[in-house]
Amino acid sequence: MIIKLLLISSLAVAALVLIRGKRSALSLLMRRSLTLGAIGCGVFAVLFPSTVTQVARAVGVGRGADLLLYALCVTFLFVSIALYLRLSEMHDRYVELARRQALLEAEILAERDRSRIVGA
Amino acid sequence: MEKSGDTDARESTRGAVSGPDTCVVIPMFNESGVITDVVRAVRARFDHVICVDDGSRDDCGALARLAGAHVVRHPTNLGQGAALATGIRYAVDSLCAEYVVTFDADGQHDVNDAAAMVEVARDQGLQAVLGSRFLGDRDDVPATRRLVLKAAARFTRATTGLQVTDAHNGLRVLRRDAARQLQLRLHGMSHASEILSQIGRSGWSYAEHPVTISYTDYSRAKGQRSYNALNIAFDLAFNRLRAAS
Repeated sequence: MIIKLLLISSLAVAALVLIRGKRSALSLLMRRSLTLGAIGCGVFAVLFPSTVTQVARAVGVGRGADLLLYALCVTFLFVSIALYLRLSEMHDRYVELARRQALLEAEILAERDRSRIVGA
Repeated sequence: MEKSGDTDARESTRGAVSGPDTCVVIPMFNESGVITDVVRAVRARFDHVICVDDGSRDDCGALARLAGAHVVRHPTNLGQGAALATGIRYAVDSLCAEYVVTFDADGQHDVNDAAAMVEVARDQGLQAVLGSRFLGDRDDVPATRRLVLKAAARFTRATTGLQVTDAHNGLRVLRRDAARQLQLRLHGMSHASEILSQIGRSGWSYAEHPVTISYTDYSRAKGQRSYNALNIAFDLAFNRLRAAS
């Protein structure tokens, strides 16, 4: 069945993105074109609902609604992974930023202590 | 008052002050109950103590300062690994330390062990000396903790190739070159294993040294849950997979 192949390969790609995902110009392009594609397909499916069922039958799924659910699950997984990666990257930057601030503050305090001793 | 406490602590110890080129880094989070005693005990043997206040809600930062420590204060809670990395950077960059000792804030380590480990690092020219609670003769590790730690050590031996008997000991000594190279990406509690895997990957010279851990009610309450070992294993596996790509 074609749908099994499609679903398994999307899950495999999701796992790969989770392990190797890096933000690059290519991944940005992919995200943008997938989003545009999803909007286009959505409009088309609203206008011609019967085509969804036809596509579903063609890939070996009984109903159009089932195909939609599968697509939703896979999309959700990809979005979650992308958000997870983005968040952990931002967390790394935030830690580094907070660390620089903390070190700077410590240096200033140490400097102030030194000048006080000299002044006294 | 603070002065006299300091002198008392100095007089009560047997050994001399360890070299002025050594910094002790203590990450702390809400430790106001014990930090004064811990800092005084460490100051008795080491000139420089850096306490990294990891966004505590109590006044342990001020207390550590009064007790004679350098204090670096994280604006928010970033995790113990992050605090350790901050302290190590301060020691290496601002204080130009030759040896950096990492030490737990809850008072479970013995400062004499730390001083002995620095001596070992110096004498044998090692880049890292790691404390192990399972090498000593005194051994009062609670049963479940022992089981988890032994399993963690076996896991570490299998994954990093290091011959270690204790995988999660907060007491360690790093020489300047190793401390500079150290890059901690796991900000939470997985840094102990992350440090070990970096030692393995970078091929640093290392040795284990027997240390005693005093399990007080306080340190037990502050300690990690045993099931967190699984989180750490997950962190490590994921970090390694991503690093390999």
